[in-house]
Amino acid sequence: MMYGYYPGCSLEKNAIAYHQSMMAVARKLNLEFAEIDDWNCCGATEYFSLELLPAYALVSRNLALAQNQLKNGRQLVAPCSACFVNLLKTDRYMARSPELARQVNEALAAGGLHYEPGSVEVRHLLDIIINDVGYEAVARQVVKPLYNLRVAPYYGCLTVRPGLEKSFDNPEYPTSLDRLLDTLGAEVVDFPLKAHCCGGHMTQISEDTALEMIRRLLKNAADYEADVIVTVCPMCQLNLDAYQDSVNKKFGTRYRIPVLYFTQLMGLAFGLRPVELGFGKEFVSPTLALAKIGAEPPPRPSKKARPSRDALPMPEMPEEE
Amino acid sequence: MLTDSTADRARAPTFLEEVIAQTPGDPRLEMCIQCGTCGGSCPSGPDMDYTPRALFAMIKAGMKDAVLRSNTPWFCVSCYYCMVRCPQEVHITDLMYTLKRMAVQEGLYHESSASTAPEFSGTFIDYVENYGRSFELGLATRYHLRHNPMGAVKMATSLGLGMLRKGRMDLNPKRIKGIKQLQAILEKAKALGGAV
Repeated sequence: MMYGYYPGCSLEKNAIAYHQSMMAVARKLNLEFAEIDDWNCCGATEYFSLELLPAYALVSRNLALAQNQLKNGRQLVAPCSACFVNLLKTDRYMARSPELARQVNEALAAGGLHYEPGSVEVRHLLDIIINDVGYEAVARQVVKPLYNLRVAPYYGCLTVRPGLEKSFDNPEYPTSLDRLLDTLGAEVVDFPLKAHCCGGHMTQISEDTALEMIRRLLKNAADYEADVIVTVCPMCQLNLDAYQDSVNKKFGTRYRIPVLYFTQLMGLAFGLRPVELGFGKEFVSPTLALAKIGAEPPPRPSKKARPSRDALPMPEMPEEE
Repeated sequence: MLTDSTADRARAPTFLEEVIAQTPGDPRLEMCIQCGTCGGSCPSGPDMDYTPRALFAMIKAGMKDAVLRSNTPWFCVSCYYCMVRCPQEVHITDLMYTLKRMAVQEGLYHESSASTAPEFSGTFIDYVENYGRSFELGLATRYHLRHNPMGAVKMATSLGLGMLRKGRMDLNPKRIKGIKQLQAILEKAKALGGAV
């Protein structure tokens, strides 16, 4: 399968591990990601904070380029959740608001471009892996299951929101990444804060706000004894990984939880070498955690017999009329 | 001769109408039922002067100055939790963006406790407008040097160095080929820049 690929600024450098592991895994799964030529920054959350029309015009240049460069199907994959939301939202809002579409296209015309809302389908990488490839096809590639590795599936906020129509997972309590990691043989822990925000750019604006948000996530993963936090977004990876030290200093904690991209764990389970998957760029080293991966699946806990209904004083529910 | 009949003059838009007009699509702000689900869902709510619910009541009451001086929009992390939970489907995150833009236009953001946020956004945008890409090293150093020199030193010695050593930060910004095209588009968009 062939997709247009919008890397976004993070995957060029800061999240190069995400790019490398995504490409390595794609080769195994017969996915082809063709980079959109000469794409520009999506503006993150910054452009929308100061400008209205220029912000939408900035994003839509990418949509127009994708529309022109992609042949049939016109599916565009964005692995960064912030880029994903900006691209998706711009397309949907242009479709909903003819006035916005008209003005954006008037701006694009100054650069000889035009974008027809709805002509490019913007999708997150996780969506493509679980829905186009599917769990069964992923399972067929697994040669080194991640037995014994306890993983906290972290979706962050933007992947499963902002609740625009046709969202691929539940915005409150998504489960697609859980199931994918289970397919890889890992032990998926409950992670109640799995769709909470990592703080985004607040590390730069109000560090106290950001560190508290990161602390909550780390604590939640530690409470459930996760060995690794698994992420689908470069901003989440950066905040949880690079600021873990700052959290420890501020709160007197001792968290050492590696934060890895889901594509890196897929690659390991597919038997690819760590060097192909961009390992080594982490602030918190995953070496100890990954050493836990065992050759055998952990013994399944024997199912406890349910106490008989009469054994406990269960409250009786009133019968429905 | 002066005509003073109200029928001769269009009524000035209320603050509520202004906010709605500056937000793309239909933000449904007038549908807010003051339930407070937004504030209860907000991860950075404790740092805000007013919860989004309170802010929306203030908008309806026409308290433009107090609304635009508040730090609430600047502490919005744009996570959309409120937006997916709002029973009235108010586009809360988009409204926060609108309030940020209006606060900057009115020059009122300096008094809020997140007063460096617009500068951060501005520095970010500067790189995007000149190169077509964001540039983390330049962004962090320029922004911190201006506002928080001690923070810049701290960052340069720990996090920044770590980022460089790990090969996670470029030393120079990258420029897209079509930068002239992009600039023409953005310039036109700024010239148009009306209500949507």
